[in-house]
Amino acid sequence: MSYDANHAPSAHHDEHEQHGTETTMFGFWVYLMTDCIIFGTLFAVFATLCHQFAGGPTGKELFDLKNVEIETAILLLSSITYGFALINAHAKKKGAVLVWLLLTFILGVSFVCLEISEFSELVAHGAGPDKSAFLSSFFALVGTHGLHVTIGLIWMVVLFFQVLGRQGLGSRMMTKLTCLSLFWHFLDIVWICVFSFVYLGSVV
Amino acid sequence: MLGKLTLSAIPYDVPILVGTFIGVAVIGIAVLAAVTYFKKWGYLWREWLTTVDHKKLAVMYIILGLVMLVRGFADAVMMRTQLALAYAGNPGYLPPHHYDQVFSAHGTIMIFFMAMVIMQALFNFVVPLQIGARDVAFPLINSISFYMTLVSAILINISLFIGEFSNVGWLGYPPVSELQFNPGVGVDYYIWSVQISGIGTLLTGMNFLTTIVKLRAPGMKWMQIPVFTWTTFFSCIMILTTFPVLTVSMALLALDRYLGMHFFTNDGGGSVMLYLNLIWSWGHPEVYILILPAFGVFSEIAATFSGKPLFGYASMVFATGVITILGSIVWVHHFFTMGAGADVNTFFGIMTMFIAVPTGVKIFNWLFTMYKGRVRFEGPMNWIVGFMITFSIGGMTGVMMAMPAADWVIHNSLFLVAHFHNVIIGGVFFGYVAGISYWFPKAFGFKLRDVWGKWAFRFWFVGFYLSFIPLYAVGLEGMTRRMNHYDNPNWHPWLLVACVGVFVLAAGVCCQVIQFVFGAIDAVTKKPDALDLTGDNWGSGRTLEWSIPSPVPHYNFARLPVIRGLDTFHIEKELGRPAPVGELEPIHMPKYSAVGPILGVFALVIGFALVWHIWWAVIVALLGAFVTVVHRSANLDVDFYVPVEEIRADEEAFAQRLAAAKAAE
Amino acid sequence: MKRLWRFLPALPALMLSGCTVDLLQPRGPIGEGNRDMMVLEFAVMMCVVVPVCIATLVFAWKYRASNTKAEYLRNWSHSNKIEVFIWGVPVAIIIFLSVVNYWSTHYYDPYKPISQEMLDKAGAPNAKPLHVEVVSLDWKWLFIYPDLGIATINELDVPTKTPLDFRITSDSVMTSFFIPQLGSQIYSMAGMETQLHLMANVPGNYQGEAAQYTGPGFSDMRFRTIAMPDEQFQAWVQNVRAGDNAFAAKEGLNAQTYPQYAAPPAVSHEEAPKPAPVTYFSSVQSDLFENIVAKYNNGKVRAEDGKVMDMNSMDMHSSTDAAAPSHTGM
Repeated sequence: MSYDANHAPSAHHDEHEQHGTETTMFGFWVYLMTDCIIFGTLFAVFATLCHQFAGGPTGKELFDLKNVEIETAILLLSSITYGFALINAHAKKKGAVLVWLLLTFILGVSFVCLEISEFSELVAHGAGPDKSAFLSSFFALVGTHGLHVTIGLIWMVVLFFQVLGRQGLGSRMMTKLTCLSLFWHFLDIVWICVFSFVYLGSVV
Repeated sequence: MLGKLTLSAIPYDVPILVGTFIGVAVIGIAVLAAVTYFKKWGYLWREWLTTVDHKKLAVMYIILGLVMLVRGFADAVMMRTQLALAYAGNPGYLPPHHYDQVFSAHGTIMIFFMAMVIMQALFNFVVPLQIGARDVAFPLINSISFYMTLVSAILINISLFIGEFSNVGWLGYPPVSELQFNPGVGVDYYIWSVQISGIGTLLTGMNFLTTIVKLRAPGMKWMQIPVFTWTTFFSCIMILTTFPVLTVSMALLALDRYLGMHFFTNDGGGSVMLYLNLIWSWGHPEVYILILPAFGVFSEIAATFSGKPLFGYASMVFATGVITILGSIVWVHHFFTMGAGADVNTFFGIMTMFIAVPTGVKIFNWLFTMYKGRVRFEGPMNWIVGFMITFSIGGMTGVMMAMPAADWVIHNSLFLVAHFHNVIIGGVFFGYVAGISYWFPKAFGFKLRDVWGKWAFRFWFVGFYLSFIPLYAVGLEGMTRRMNHYDNPNWHPWLLVACVGVFVLAAGVCCQVIQFVFGAIDAVTKKPDALDLTGDNWGSGRTLEWSIPSPVPHYNFARLPVIRGLDTFHIEKELGRPAPVGELEPIHMPKYSAVGPILGVFALVIGFALVWHIWWAVIVALLGAFVTVVHRSANLDVDFYVPVEEIRADEEAFAQRLAAAKAAE
Repeated sequence: MKRLWRFLPALPALMLSGCTVDLLQPRGPIGEGNRDMMVLEFAVMMCVVVPVCIATLVFAWKYRASNTKAEYLRNWSHSNKIEVFIWGVPVAIIIFLSVVNYWSTHYYDPYKPISQEMLDKAGAPNAKPLHVEVVSLDWKWLFIYPDLGIATINELDVPTKTPLDFRITSDSVMTSFFIPQLGSQIYSMAGMETQLHLMANVPGNYQGEAAQYTGPGFSDMRFRTIAMPDEQFQAWVQNVRAGDNAFAAKEGLNAQTYPQYAAPPAVSHEEAPKPAPVTYFSSVQSDLFENIVAKYNNGKVRAEDGKVMDMNSMDMHSSTDAAAPSHTGM
């Protein structure tokens, strides 16, 4: 019972890694599914409240589709660039991985910046989240997505420096890169739903 | 600097709270002093607080769950005595401001910090052992789960002494929980403690689902998984599908309260009905999350103590799956009185009734497990007989409430309160207590004294009926729940009886405490007949956990077991236990880690600071948590190999004990 | 085990020994329906529960380890016959109950007016419904009789053998409008209108309550429901209109006087808020109820014919703005 695990010699990383990767990927998939339910719930909330304008502005009056289309393009593009990062990681081309990650990061940051400017414009025009239930649910849904993207970007920075550092492109690092890749593509899919149901749905 | 927190938030003018605080402080100081005196801080930190071993985490969960049981039970005693007194003009001793917090805390604590905690203890202890795994899929995340649960329990108890707790019931229905009607910090304490513990539970769900899917011993097919693990599997699926919804509901309520949004407010287009739908689409599956593992415990116990395999294993697994599905599509039965159309109410009513089918099947399965068996009524088996009777009655009243035309008059009445205590005490609680006494020797290597367990059962059984049959009666007399005082003369005698009942239950709790105290004494004095030398403490264990030594070595299995079918260990005993074959190999294990407790501290700071609007502390703690995670992610020194010599020594010692036990027979 | 035997027969006796059991002694057709459903389900379920409890005890006794004479099948764990039985019996019972469920949920639907069948049974085939508008407040009930032009607080007077058509809303938190001896309850929610149809067949003084927690004044948020024969009820209406009784308010109830009556009582941590006294209003503004609903809907209310009416002309917001009721008194 009282085995002092802290002072035992370190394990070598060999055949156990393969088994570990598979388990980690399964666990991460399970996590993504729960995140999917979070977004699903937020979509349901939006669907329930999207006509509760409480005398405030409607989506048709507020949303600038052009801006949203640019955001969509940027995010889809960032998925592609991340894909290239992963391909190069499998080919163990460290330099290329770093470049593609950097590119993805820049695209991600510009997405977040565009979203922040959209939000601040809405708030400045008196259409903040406390105006009506419609706007509350809009900000909650789109904001949660933005928060996820931001967390993904922070994660990307951490991985960038870890790839640069002593972890290189070892099997543990590959697992991490693959997890972030799943996360990033997942956010893309969620955004496509946001774009179709929230923006297009409100304007049409 | 300190947000909304001022000295006036400390309720030093409420004698009950001051007394409680002194009591807690004295016990706390005594414990800390004892740890210091015996120089156990290092041991505690290295061996327990930083552990990632699922068995040690299970022990810590159990301790937390039992402490919270006592806290929640104290609330129950206060409510019952208040209602015994507060009749015909007598205001009782708890004004609404205090009483309302008591019933809210009772519900919140009993569900989130007693039942969920003991449930996770059982997951942790039993599942890896039953499937022949050496740990869970993500040992560090397991430790983080525990700390999220622990700190949220601490947060809810801080609310006793700093500020106040929620006064709007365990589900925090808006609009009464909205800022407009509830400007205090009580609801915020509720939101953040539920939110943090929810994160812990969600991580547990992911961890154990992955463990069961990926880490079963080589060759263990799906239909060879022990029933407790099956119920854990389905319970985890429900955790994963519904806890995100709880997270969202709590987050939206918090957005309403903190940022003035309009999800559930009266004005601005908010919808109360939306909250009810969200919270119950988590809340109803939640009761199945709790009861399924209890069903699993009963299945294991029924087979072990009847000396027979579980009757209808396949139909038991199937029934559990059906409950998982049906349990997720019945939530509207919590508000048939909302004014939904007759067709909607009928659909949810009928779905609810149909849950009685798989549940009934399970009862019959246990019944036929006893049939033509050799039933031994040791401690754990007592609870199952009590359970089958009590739960059948609770199921009956549940079906009564599933019919909208009946529910329209018993909704929100004490009949309802009696019903869910009937299934939660008679089902969940009896099951968990049985589980604790069943696996206790496996965890600690010695038995608890059975006689105190039996007395605990008797008091709980009788006390349950004394406390809750009267509540059915006053429910039928039209008494609604959450009343603080009343003047209806018909209700008074029943509530007096219920008050007596709660003290009988208290006697049961005392017996359980005594049982643990005697257990500890027996362990320290190494009382010979209390020791479990063979690992198969009950003599008729069927599943893998009984094939290894008690207490279990930190790596669980010296050699990964070979699966021979359902109930592998039973088959091995029938055929004669095979000698270990092949060379021992070093075992790959995770190192202990301080990440769990450190993240726990940050989570506690975040929760407390959010309650009191201390924004800088929220930011500092978030940054701290981030640095901790990044640091861990860069740490490559996270695992080690258990040397063969150590495993061999353990194995030989166990073989000697087994031989000695055989010779003694 | 002996303890169990001694205790079980006492259960039904305990359950039946109360004096007035409101839900089992209803005073109207809806309540009778609720009761019949409960009793029916209880009876049907007892057909399973009693045998299961008996079997549990019998098996536990018969197959106890010390009884070595009993048969012991140490590996027996499956029987198709038993499986069919244990799945079949519950399915059959639940199918039967589901049919009853479908029928009763529709027949006793709170939104459905009292049926002609119930009226015939009560001996009042031609009774015209009485409309009552119910508003839940902190912590009292306001009853508006739109057809009679009167209103009351915390007392609901109704004629017997007359269908009661309730429209229900809240001007505060959500709660549930419930008169146990008349039957079904329905939630009251701000900005929304729910409906309930009840009828009292027997004169009497029945308890009415808020069945959903509303805050510190919850326990006293009760009203008496006084059911009386029609002639007496007409006399009571005249009395209220005349305004010369102990409960009469000084003025009629309208948009100007409403906020002062709707305001919550003082709240403290030390004791429960004072219950509101019974009050009669000799006159009431005819669209008061619509205005209360409208003030949470941006001044709009959906009429029964589906048209949206703008109620913005009146200022009813005083109780939700600055003087917002604070339940915790902080």
